[in-house]
Amino acid sequence: MAYVSIADRDHEIEHHDPTTFFTKYIWSQDHKVIAIQYGAIAIFVGVIALGLSVMMRLQLGFPSSFSFITPEHYYQFVTMHGMIMVIYLLTALFLGGFGNYLIPLMCGSRDMVFPYMNMLSVWVYALSVIILLASFFVPGGSTGAGWTLYPPQAIAAGTPGVEWGILLMLLSLAVFIVAFTMGGLNYVTTVLQARCRGMTLMRMPLSVWGIFTATILGLLAFPALLVSAIMMILDKTVMSSFFMPAMISGGEQLAYQGGSPVLFQHLFWFFGHPEVYIVALPAFGIVSDVLATHARKNIFGYRMMVWAILAIGGLSFVVWAHHMYVSGMNPYFGFFFATTTLIIAVPTALKVYNWVLTLWQGNIHLRVPMLFAIGFIFTFIHGGLTGIFLGNVVVDLPLSDTYFVVAHFHMVMGVSPVLVVFAAIYHWFPKMTGKMYDERLGRWHFWLTFLGTYSIYLPMHYLGFLGVPRRYFAMGDTAFMPESAHTLNASITISAIFVALTQIIFFVNIIKSMRSGKKADSNPWGATTLEWQTPDTPPKHGNWGHELPVVHRWAYDYSVPGYHEDFIPQNVPASKAPVGRDHGVKH
Amino acid sequence: MTITLVFLAAIMATIIGWLLRQTLNTQPWVASAADDAVSGRSLDSNSKTIALTMFLCVATSLFALFISAYMMRMHMHDWSPVTEPNLLWFNTALLVMASIAYQLTRNAAVAGRKGALKPGLAIAGLMTVLFLGGQLLAWQGLNASGHYMTSNPAHAFFYLLTAVHGLHLLGGLYVWARSTVKVWTGAEADGVRLSIELCTVYWHYLLLVWIVLFGLLLST
Repeated sequence: MAYVSIADRDHEIEHHDPTTFFTKYIWSQDHKVIAIQYGAIAIFVGVIALGLSVMMRLQLGFPSSFSFITPEHYYQFVTMHGMIMVIYLLTALFLGGFGNYLIPLMCGSRDMVFPYMNMLSVWVYALSVIILLASFFVPGGSTGAGWTLYPPQAIAAGTPGVEWGILLMLLSLAVFIVAFTMGGLNYVTTVLQARCRGMTLMRMPLSVWGIFTATILGLLAFPALLVSAIMMILDKTVMSSFFMPAMISGGEQLAYQGGSPVLFQHLFWFFGHPEVYIVALPAFGIVSDVLATHARKNIFGYRMMVWAILAIGGLSFVVWAHHMYVSGMNPYFGFFFATTTLIIAVPTALKVYNWVLTLWQGNIHLRVPMLFAIGFIFTFIHGGLTGIFLGNVVVDLPLSDTYFVVAHFHMVMGVSPVLVVFAAIYHWFPKMTGKMYDERLGRWHFWLTFLGTYSIYLPMHYLGFLGVPRRYFAMGDTAFMPESAHTLNASITISAIFVALTQIIFFVNIIKSMRSGKKADSNPWGATTLEWQTPDTPPKHGNWGHELPVVHRWAYDYSVPGYHEDFIPQNVPASKAPVGRDHGVKH
Repeated sequence: MTITLVFLAAIMATIIGWLLRQTLNTQPWVASAADDAVSGRSLDSNSKTIALTMFLCVATSLFALFISAYMMRMHMHDWSPVTEPNLLWFNTALLVMASIAYQLTRNAAVAGRKGALKPGLAIAGLMTVLFLGGQLLAWQGLNASGHYMTSNPAHAFFYLLTAVHGLHLLGGLYVWARSTVKVWTGAEADGVRLSIELCTVYWHYLLLVWIVLFGLLLST
């Protein structure tokens, strides 16, 4: 029996609208509700992690002025801040949140292909967050091993949270991976199987390409974290010696023997580096769509953008050891990984050029999502360039474990993706809620956040050049740190608090707009992609009413000459409107 | 890590190569009538098969990483090889039989021979359960002879690898139980065909993984 695709047997698939409160909002199988659940949980833990970073900065800016920040607390804040931001906020928000919301809507399907598994995914994710947060309240508190959880110190006496915190952290990660795998299988299968008629792979918006490729990376890379988590749990609980070397602790010889901490580092970074792109690729995709829409111009080099996403995805698996130049490795290894690291800059730079060229001669509307998207180009170029420094072994060695590294990764995978998160939230807010956000508050939010983060991270590069090491609770009096560096630290802290408080504007805007915002049209930006062509705003269960849409063109028919509007939605037939760059070309 | 790299390179090359083939020679900015006829699918297969294929990629990544870790840890000086219990050969035979039983059940389901489903599923399930029991016995044997997780990394890996493999089989048994219940409550062959087909693939896959793991344990 030949297989009939989902789009062609739509009439056979029944769509029961959920009727009770529980099936509609709690145990919902609707991808849009699940997306918002994912997003809400992720932002909730993200705010906690933001609070933790403020506490860290208080200590760093004004050492020993706050008695409640002990060295143990400081390391716990550092660890939890890093882990929450990277995994529980960014990964969950981009893939669980935007992936869930955008994939079915942009591909013209009614839902994910496995809605039940999708629902399980979000609740298992919620469970992982609960386990993670529980570690604050167990004896000894959460782990303070640093977000990389390097053994032996992660499970050796003296590290905060060695009693229970580390176990709960590892367990929470394992649970998160289960949740992600359930979601990820859904996203990949939905993209491959449930697109509407006419939506060929090369007509998909770049957001879908980014999320799709990032999901594949996640599915293949998260097992490395799982493997290392399982083996470390065993080292901690049954005293096996996978990672733990022979050690003397407190004058006593421990039962461990001969384990390899470097083995953990390999496994961890085998996950850790693709993780950077798991966060970055969805951001790349989303920013491309936001730029094209608000510049009223087709994205420059669409095919190159797709290929660059794929190339970055493939290369991201062969660069992991550039995180380990100082761990001791064969020099040829370092040479290999430095080379692959620099090669990955090529497709990445290509994307940056294409974003800038998309803006060139565009009809740029500086609305809030566009501001955030352009802000992203700045921070990403900035963070990317410092990455070229750190990718080279000889330059990395002196800069390793200094504030230069902190500045680099915060610019490239902290600030940049977060700016895209804001761009995306503002961009799709009218579709998600049916209300317009407050433009004025949004602008304030952008400028204060954008300039504020620069005033945090730009000076950190300088601190790094001075040789100020990261992860230190207090610097004390050191000869290499001039007084100005201490002043700079204080100023960074003030900026950090300022930026954290600025986010209140965002929440005020969201709440105020949801309650009393102006009613949104179904397509306020004049966008071409399918999610803006739904019969209802916000889209109802099943998304498309009676008929699935049919796609006739790519997602970037903006400002096509000879058409009365400056955009042609993807579902407008070729007979009714000219076709993209095809105008005037004779075939 | 070389092993993982090779496995992942193969998986990524397949995925990316396939995606690239879909994207070359396309002019996305052109709306042609031919494209409009393409309905939303990329592979001539159903969603569950694709989800299983992706899941097998995930599992392959997991096992490849464990094997990589094994190979790296093996070169440390404190490694003393395990003498594998002979029972493992018997267990392997059980798993082979489970796989064969599943294959025959699958053939029956595809051909619509409803009568052959019950014995087929029963034998496949029984052999799998016996395999898992056999693995537990092997554990007990090692334990009784004083080889614990803590005694040597080689032993720790033995327990770990067999446990991870066993857990995957347990997951498979859950799906097996669902189709078995369906068959016993009178489902037609067509109703359980896909589930049995996918389980067959999964069992073959886990047999292959076991052979690789067993070979690795034997040879080192």
